[in-house]
Amino acid sequence: MNTSTSGPGTGLSQVEDSLRELRTSAPPTLLPATLAAVGLADVYAALPSAIGQVWVAWNGRGVSALMTAPDAAAFEAAFRRAFDRPIRRVEALPPSLARAIARRLAGDRRVRIDVDLRGRTEFEQAVWRKALEIPRGEVRPYGWIACEIGHPAAVRAVGTALGHNPVPLLIPCHRVVRSDGHIGQYSLGGAENKRALLAWEGADPDELERLARAGIRYFGSDTTRIVCHPTCHHARRVTDRHRMTFRSMDEAARSGYRPCKVCRPVAHAA
Amino acid sequence: MDEDLRPGLAADLDGTFEALVGAHQDRLFSLALRFLGDAADAEEVVQDGFVRVYRALRGYEAKRIQDLEVRPWLSSIVLNLCRTRYRRRTRTLMAVVSGGFDDQRLPAPAADTPHERSANREATEHWADLVGRLPVLYRAAVVLRHVDGLSYQEMSHVLGRPEGTVKAQVHRGLALLRAAVEADQRQESIA
Repeated sequence: MNTSTSGPGTGLSQVEDSLRELRTSAPPTLLPATLAAVGLADVYAALPSAIGQVWVAWNGRGVSALMTAPDAAAFEAAFRRAFDRPIRRVEALPPSLARAIARRLAGDRRVRIDVDLRGRTEFEQAVWRKALEIPRGEVRPYGWIACEIGHPAAVRAVGTALGHNPVPLLIPCHRVVRSDGHIGQYSLGGAENKRALLAWEGADPDELERLARAGIRYFGSDTTRIVCHPTCHHARRVTDRHRMTFRSMDEAARSGYRPCKVCRPVAHAA
Repeated sequence: MDEDLRPGLAADLDGTFEALVGAHQDRLFSLALRFLGDAADAEEVVQDGFVRVYRALRGYEAKRIQDLEVRPWLSSIVLNLCRTRYRRRTRTLMAVVSGGFDDQRLPAPAADTPHERSANREATEHWADLVGRLPVLYRAAVVLRHVDGLSYQEMSHVLGRPEGTVKAQVHRGLALLRAAVEADQRQESIA
């Protein structure tokens, strides 16, 4: 027996022919994975959250979208409308991303989560970066963000930018409330979800609404003579006996109070 | 095919990149697979290569993209990633492999190929195994020339060696493969 299935003729040209047979097709997963890796396509999975199941999409540049939707098909349709990119479902988030999101939602603001913000304006990105600075369980008015990013008159534009936040929860726009103190609207499923998230984070939405109705915007301490946003952790430490309330920063200033250096309340936000 | 893609890559990278991947993924995957011998490794390397290509193209000016020799450029990116991965892998295997390649004959291929596989598939695997046993220098040359199908001029770009040297490496690699096959056949005829 001098032939074998694996041993064709051995002339150089036959060797070359055999080598050409080694050309093969790329696996079907390569193209979609490559497009997702460079951000020309996305993948998504469901993620449980305090407001029920949400859908998270991501690509090689970072998390690209976080939305509520009744089912996967509705999410895909909404995603394509918003981003005009192909998207496909995968079983689950990569473990490292799932861990990072869990830590961020638990209040760890230092955990790094890349977010795909292509095509977003500098202004929008400045608003979202500022929203990230608001600690869990606290809220700030739209006007506060406008002042902090150096556009004190752009309160309405801040509201619009927060409404366009592609990754609510991760960028906590639910911690930004109306300048009159009312909780206001929320892009991720409406005001009820905003209230639920704030309650889950330890803020008291009923109390916030009560203060807003009473026209109370700021708390001060008559021992330190410092005035804060009501949810600032320094304000929350003040005992009832020493807590002063103010309707505006002007009123606080007239009473001899200076703004807290941590939550930085500003006159404009009143 | 690549020539047509360059204006598109220069004018609209995002709109053209999928076509670039589609046009080159099979040959680059073949190149990586035959160099590394492992499909999962090859897929990772090729994907990584395309990501690097995309990032590079994003930074290039239109003129530079127009002047690109796309085929050899892509091959060299994937080949370099293959070499890096191969080095990392072989470092961990160093203890197992002692003694060099004897330069005359390849070691006999593994004898445990399951018989139920089709003859064609077996032949392909046999050749893939032989190629995988070539020293890296010759393996790169043989795979670029006969699996990837590059010209000697393109290979000279990829390998950074004069055409004459590249030709000699391909020739040497083919001679080693032929010797290995002949040795196998001798062994089988004795048995």
